[in-house]
This record gives sequence, C-alpha cells and structure tokens, in this order.
Amino acid sequence: MDEILDGTTQIDCDILIIGGGTAGPMAAIKAKRKNPNANVVLLDKANVKRSGAISMGMDGLNNSVIPGYATPEQYTKEITIANDGIVDQKAVYRYAEECYSIIEELDQFGIRFQKDQNGEYDVKKVHHIGTYVLPMPNGDTVKKALYRQLRKARINVVNRYMATRLLTGEGRIAGAICVNTRTAEFLVVRAKAVIMSLGAAGRLGLPSSGYLYGTYENASNSGEGYSMAYHAGAGLANLECFQINPLIKDYNGPACAYVAGPMGGYTSNAQGERFIECDYWSGQMMQEFYDELQGGKGPVYLKLNHLAEETVAEIERVLHIVERPTRGHFHKGRGTDYRKDMIEMHISEIGFCSGHSASGVFVDERARTTIEGLYAAGDMANVPHNYMLGAFTNGAFAGLDAVDFVKDVDFAEFDMAEVDAERTRVLAPTKRDDGVPPNQIEYKTRRFVNDYLQPPKVTAKMELAQRRFEEVRNDMENQMYVRDSHELMRSLEASAIMDCADMAAAASLYRTESRWGLYHNRVEYERDDENWFCHTILTKGDDGKPAHAKKAVDDYIVEVDDDEKDAYNNQRVTKTVAAE
Amino acid sequence: MPLAQTPTIVPVVVDDALCIADKGCTVCVDVCPLDVLRIVEGPDGSPVTAHMKYDECWYCMPCEADCPTGAVTVNLPFLLK
Repeated sequence: MDEILDGTTQIDCDILIIGGGTAGPMAAIKAKRKNPNANVVLLDKANVKRSGAISMGMDGLNNSVIPGYATPEQYTKEITIANDGIVDQKAVYRYAEECYSIIEELDQFGIRFQKDQNGEYDVKKVHHIGTYVLPMPNGDTVKKALYRQLRKARINVVNRYMATRLLTGEGRIAGAICVNTRTAEFLVVRAKAVIMSLGAAGRLGLPSSGYLYGTYENASNSGEGYSMAYHAGAGLANLECFQINPLIKDYNGPACAYVAGPMGGYTSNAQGERFIECDYWSGQMMQEFYDELQGGKGPVYLKLNHLAEETVAEIERVLHIVERPTRGHFHKGRGTDYRKDMIEMHISEIGFCSGHSASGVFVDERARTTIEGLYAAGDMANVPHNYMLGAFTNGAFAGLDAVDFVKDVDFAEFDMAEVDAERTRVLAPTKRDDGVPPNQIEYKTRRFVNDYLQPPKVTAKMELAQRRFEEVRNDMENQMYVRDSHELMRSLEASAIMDCADMAAAASLYRTESRWGLYHNRVEYERDDENWFCHTILTKGDDGKPAHAKKAVDDYIVEVDDDEKDAYNNQRVTKTVAAE
Repeated sequence: MPLAQTPTIVPVVVDDALCIADKGCTVCVDVCPLDVLRIVEGPDGSPVTAHMKYDECWYCMPCEADCPTGAVTVNLPFLLK
C-alpha cells in the first residue's frame, strides 16, 4: 500500500456526491429513492462508515424545529438575529419547515431522540430566545444507521478517493477529477450533477497545542470543498465570518454547554460567576469570552461542580460516549473530576464552517450554488448555523433537486487538457528527489493564519499574512516533496489549506466594518449597516486571485422588530441591585 | 538533502496478542478517517499486526470502538494530553 502507481480510470454517473459524512449520505438516499434508476455515486476520501464530522456520533440536534416547541417563523427570526441580520431567510425558513420530517426519518433509521414521560420530544432551551435542542441518547449510532440505509438504497460507494478539482464545461458542471489516497491512481468522474458535501475547512488555524491534527473539526475536513468550489468559479459567501468556538483547552473539543446547560451547567469566569446569559455559540458570545479573558477574569470554565451527583453522572455518560469519547480519557489523564473541578476552556483556532457560523459556498434554498448543476450542503454551504440537522436537511434538498436536474441534461463536454493539467499539478511533488514535506508547508501556513488572521483583525497584519502566504505558496508549488501516496494526499490538503488561508485574508480585508462579534472584529472599523448590510461574495478573479462583490440580503419573509435585533448583542450578565 | 528521522510517540497502540490482522482483519485500517493505520507485514509479505504508521491522529476512536477483539487503544497525543 501507499506506493505511487500510474493510471487513470473514467466512470460516468448521473449524480456524483463528494463527501460521505452527514449531508452526502442523505443526499444520496433521497436522490435514489426519488428515482431508483438514477446512477448515484458517493465518493469519500476516507471510508463512509466513519467519515466526517460525526464520525463517532453526535450528542443532540442543536437546531430542531419541533411543532409545539417552536415554529419556522421563530427559528428563522432567531437565526437572523444570531447572525447579525445577514441571512437569506428563504433557505433558513425552508430548513425550519422541513427539518421535522427529517427527524422523523432519522427516527425510523433507528436513531433515537430523547422523549419525556408522555412520549413527546424532550426539547431543551439553549438559544437566546427559542427552544431547539433535542438530545440523542444513542447518538453514537448515527453513522452505523446511515451506512445501513446506504446499503439498503444500493448507493455506489467509492472510498479512499479524494476529489481534487471540479470539471466544468458548457457553463455548467461536468464532473470531478479524483485521486486514490493509497495508490495515487486517477479517477475521472463524468457527472450530470455534482453535490459537494466535504465539510468544514477545519485545518485552517493551528490549535494552540501545536498538534496539526488536534483541531476542533474532524481533521480530515481540510477545506477541499471550499478550494474546489473556488477554482471552479463558484461564489463563496461571507468567508470573513470565521468559525471560532469555546472549547476545552488543549483537548480542543466542545465543552458541550448545549448538553450541560439544560442540566444546570454554565460557562463561568475564574470566580465561578456567570458572565454571559446564553451559552449558544455566536460571534457576540465569543466576543464576551474574549473580553472576559482580556479583562483579567479568566480563565473561562465550564462549571458543573455545583450540580448533584446524579446530574453530573448523566452529563458524563453523554459526553464520554458520544461525539468525542476520548474526552473522558483526557479528563482522567489530567485528574479532572466534574464533581470537584471546573473545566478550563479556551478560544479555538479559526476555520470556515456554516454549521456554526456563516462562512460557506453560496447556495439558495434548493442547495444550488452559482454554477449550474453544482450543489453544496452541510458545513461547507452557507446556510448559517445549520449544524448536523441542517446538513441532513439541506443534503436532502440537494439530492431531491439534483435528481430532477439530471433528467433533462446530458453530460457537459469538458476540455481533456484540464485533466492533464491537474495530473501534472497533483503529481509534481512525486517527481522531485528532494524538497519540503507537506507537513512543514502546512504547519507554516497555519502558523501564519494564527499569527495574522486570528481576530481581533488588524489590516496591516492581514496584509502581511498575504505576503507570507505568497512566499509559502511559492515554496509549495516549487519544492513540495512526497514519498508515497499517503503523503501525496497530505500535499493536496496542504494546497487546499493554502487556498483557504488566502481566501480568509482576502475576505476579511474586503469587509471594512466589524460584524458577528469576534468572528469579524476589525479593530479599525465599527459596524456599518449603511455600507455593509450585505453578503460578500468571493470568486476567483481573472488574475487567479480572489475577487469580491457585495450581494444584497434578500427581503425578509419573517420581519424582525427593532427591539429584537439586539438580543444577541446584549448578553453580558448585569448584576441586579438586589444581587449586589 | 536527506529528511530527518525525528521520533514521535504515537497515540494509537495495538495489543499484538489480541490483534487478528494475521487472519485478514483490517477493520481499524478501514475505518480511520485520517488513514493513519497500516498492517505490518512479515518477511514473506503476510499480515502480522496493525500499527500506527502516521502520527496524524484526531483521537476520534473508531479504530478502538470497531476493533472486534479490543486490541486497539486510543491515547491522547502527547502534545495535548
């Protein structure tokens, strides 16, 4: 295994789905059910059995809109406010209307959701205004349940192939170029439609541990989706709205206030005091976290040690089995006992991810990108705060729309020279006898991301970042050296990470205002609704560098009253007279 | 210019006595999202045991959870444990 072989195969399909984590499998299942004759290929860099952000499961649905608890109108309004108004509500509203049917479907797959004594869904309040969090007591079974459905639907699964570039022709999508991660053999897939579900750009910033793979996101989610969409000419929206999360320090996984919050846990400062009213992750919440640290009241902790034994035991049961089970090992190694100790938190490295923020490939309410026949769903598509249930639901939208789209089209012609050029680019590091290994290229890129792009954002620093990135890119293109096909995969990831770093700097420089709390805190600029109440769309310019445009926010379908707009900006706890 | 041989302690540990790679099992190699595990081969090319070849671990645990014989343990990478 891992030797570099020569060879190219071509296959044809109706719909190619790239990424078999969460959105991808649901897109495949929905498309195949709607048209059992459609040839659907699900491709993954890893193995769909355990790939993607929910590799080991998920502890709950963070954004379920369940009749009796919340309405699509309430949810749409909440997300609009949480995302500082920059939301195309149509996509959020459609999600909110249809996600309940997806929950019922997941329930039929065998994924259980928490119910109360009356058999009703036991939904918890974590957001600032509404009630949307539904625990999943056996959330560790999600991937297995999905895999059973893929088998049942007879989806063609192609594991261990990494897509490196999309193919376009006749002004629409034509397929993708892929490379085997264990043999370096090429696979050209001609497809009438392509659905991208490649997850977040999670290996963009460097975790403070210095370990390249100690990221918040599954480290295999290294941003190829963003990079491929960019090179194909698709628009990417609001990339400056970084993902930054409050995490367990060093472990760099979620502290899980969403699990602990409804049971009485909360985020506290070093004095054990609450300083934010709401633990739901938003830009302003992260800004308050940052301010608390800057104000000398840190470290910030997750506080559980005031809770009853039974409650702590239940929190442990959930957190140590589901999503990131090594969390239990971590605490044990440090001797941290939730009953006695608070859990030290820190501010994560930056990334792109619409699952938590709003940085993604631009899509409409049918998951269509700006390129005909190309779809995107899940963490990499720009429906804000869409989490796992958003990946499932928007993945379903993509699959359902794509299967209709392919009925009326044939394969688009593409230029074979593009395939040859891509082979040359991909294999260049295998043709050298000497040079810089991909892990060093990647480390240097990501260290500069931390040094210059981690908010608060400063213009001069971001301009320096662009210069440093250009130098490292030059080294990458002329000196990167790999010895086997596994290292070749890492070199391709390093290249995607470099593209994302460039985009992160360019997008952040373009929006000359501050918005989304810490996510886009540009210290030289105030929030400026007059000029910047809009999306920013980044595309690949004619000069091969990022180009920018403003795009108006669609008219709201759910109005937000003036006195509601600031709900997420006013979340610092203020002491009442009685408390003092 | 030769590459350095810098040692690293790896987080995933396989108990050779329990590992059944010699019987053709490749479950841990198959499920790893980062593809960092491999099978050690004997002098005749036959499979012997699984091991962590690349120190690129997200400490996510499918290898440990899915191993049919409980041979795999995922420790935290030293830099962050």
